[in-house]
Amino acid sequence: MPQPLHRPFAMPAGARLAFGLLAAYLLFAVSQLEISWPRFVAGLDHGARLLGKMFPPDLRKGDILWSGIAETLQIAVLASLLGIALSLPIGLLGARNLMPAGVSWAARAVVAACRSLHPVIVAIVFVKAVGFGALAGVLALAVGSIGFIGKLFAEAIEEISPKQVEAVRATGASFANVVLFGVLPQVAARFVGFCTYQLDSNLRNSTMVGIVGAGGIGGALFSAFQRFDYGFVFTILATIVAIIVAAELLTNQVKKAFHV
Amino acid sequence: MAHSLRIQGLVKAYQPGKPVLRGIDLRIEGAGLTAIIGPSGTGKSTLLRCINRLVDPTEGTVHLRGAEGEVELSRLHGRALRRSRRRIGMVFQEYNLVERLTVMENLLTGRLGYVSAWAAWRRRFPPADVARAFALLETVGLGGFAGQRADALSGGQRQRVGIARALMQQPDVLLADEPTSSLDPKTSVEIMALLREQGRVQQVPVIVNIHDVDLARRFADRIIGMSGGRVVYDGSAEGVDDTVLKQVYGGEGWLS
Repeated sequence: MPQPLHRPFAMPAGARLAFGLLAAYLLFAVSQLEISWPRFVAGLDHGARLLGKMFPPDLRKGDILWSGIAETLQIAVLASLLGIALSLPIGLLGARNLMPAGVSWAARAVVAACRSLHPVIVAIVFVKAVGFGALAGVLALAVGSIGFIGKLFAEAIEEISPKQVEAVRATGASFANVVLFGVLPQVAARFVGFCTYQLDSNLRNSTMVGIVGAGGIGGALFSAFQRFDYGFVFTILATIVAIIVAAELLTNQVKKAFHV
Repeated sequence: MAHSLRIQGLVKAYQPGKPVLRGIDLRIEGAGLTAIIGPSGTGKSTLLRCINRLVDPTEGTVHLRGAEGEVELSRLHGRALRRSRRRIGMVFQEYNLVERLTVMENLLTGRLGYVSAWAAWRRRFPPADVARAFALLETVGLGGFAGQRADALSGGQRQRVGIARALMQQPDVLLADEPTSSLDPKTSVEIMALLREQGRVQQVPVIVNIHDVDLARRFADRIIGMSGGRVVYDGSAEGVDDTVLKQVYGGEGWLS
């Protein structure tokens, strides 16, 4: 079909309509939520006062801080290891180019279920199921890790070069050996990348599960908020930021070591 | 006992009623190099892949006689198929090395049919296999490359690794699917020479699909011309003249 020669980059009517609708919804939502300029200014005022209360930071509760931080780190590392260990086989089973349709469908259903709920909601469920404490936090974050790594791992396997796999099959290798020599080498680097990313995100999430009683620094943070102990709140928040930055640097080194 | 391959009434139809191979009968014996020529899409690749069963034939039989006796390949599956595949080496057009593994690991891939997954995972291959791999690397001119990753090699070097991997299997027959099509003319000649020489050293038939008629004439002991899914020429390299080429590829304007 010949295209009109003038205005070759004109936006299609459908896209223009979509942008128009989006702008209209934006205005509608702002008016519904009563977000106005005076409200925003009042909010800034509150914020300034809160910030003022955070200074000077409270540095006296070191023991509470460190025991909470240590538990948070343990939750993050254990949950990552457990999640990675479980998502390796689940991801393999979910790859449609390796598995029969029934198997990969079932594995994908498990992964989708693990992904569908926010870690905090999963943490509440596990607190109810296994009781307060770090165990609930570890299990909750492990479930989330399976949902994330399992999905990405299965997709990475589906994108591998079938030629390399075919060559390994042609040597008479068993299925397990085809996976070991034909499949895993092609996805290993990406898998390490997923794992470091997940460790990063588990560190952040593990500071939060404490709020619902699943262990870690989140519990101390929540009670400090409730006591209006903003000096301690600031100390906790600053420590968390420092840990996340440190972890970022560390995972970058890990990735370099694995040539990701 | 000489190695031999006997193909009878081989038919392959990817879609019912549209056969790519329309009844191939071939008998290939001894340690010579057999070149298969023919236009693209005439089923040369399919023929090779029906032998090691990367493709399942629709009809017909393939008998391979080798060091471990004779076996009919066309209906095997599961463990029996894998055991037979161990006896068939294959070299690919695009080398099909596992890019992220080292040259040594790629060579040992040729022994994966013989080691357990637990041993393969820990890279615990029998010392005799490792020694043979080092010797083969010397043979194909890649001594000292064992620790290099495959994706660091040039095309010609990769194909040498591909050939060494196939030889690691100590095959009863060596198949090569367009092994020179991705290579420059000089490297192509070296690769063909290596294939012919190794077939003689190992005393196994070498079957090569090839587009380059001159290379085929130069290196093959026997040439098979295919057209439209059938064998239309089967004879010596000297016998391939313009009449034969017209019959195989059709037309004549391209012949000078």
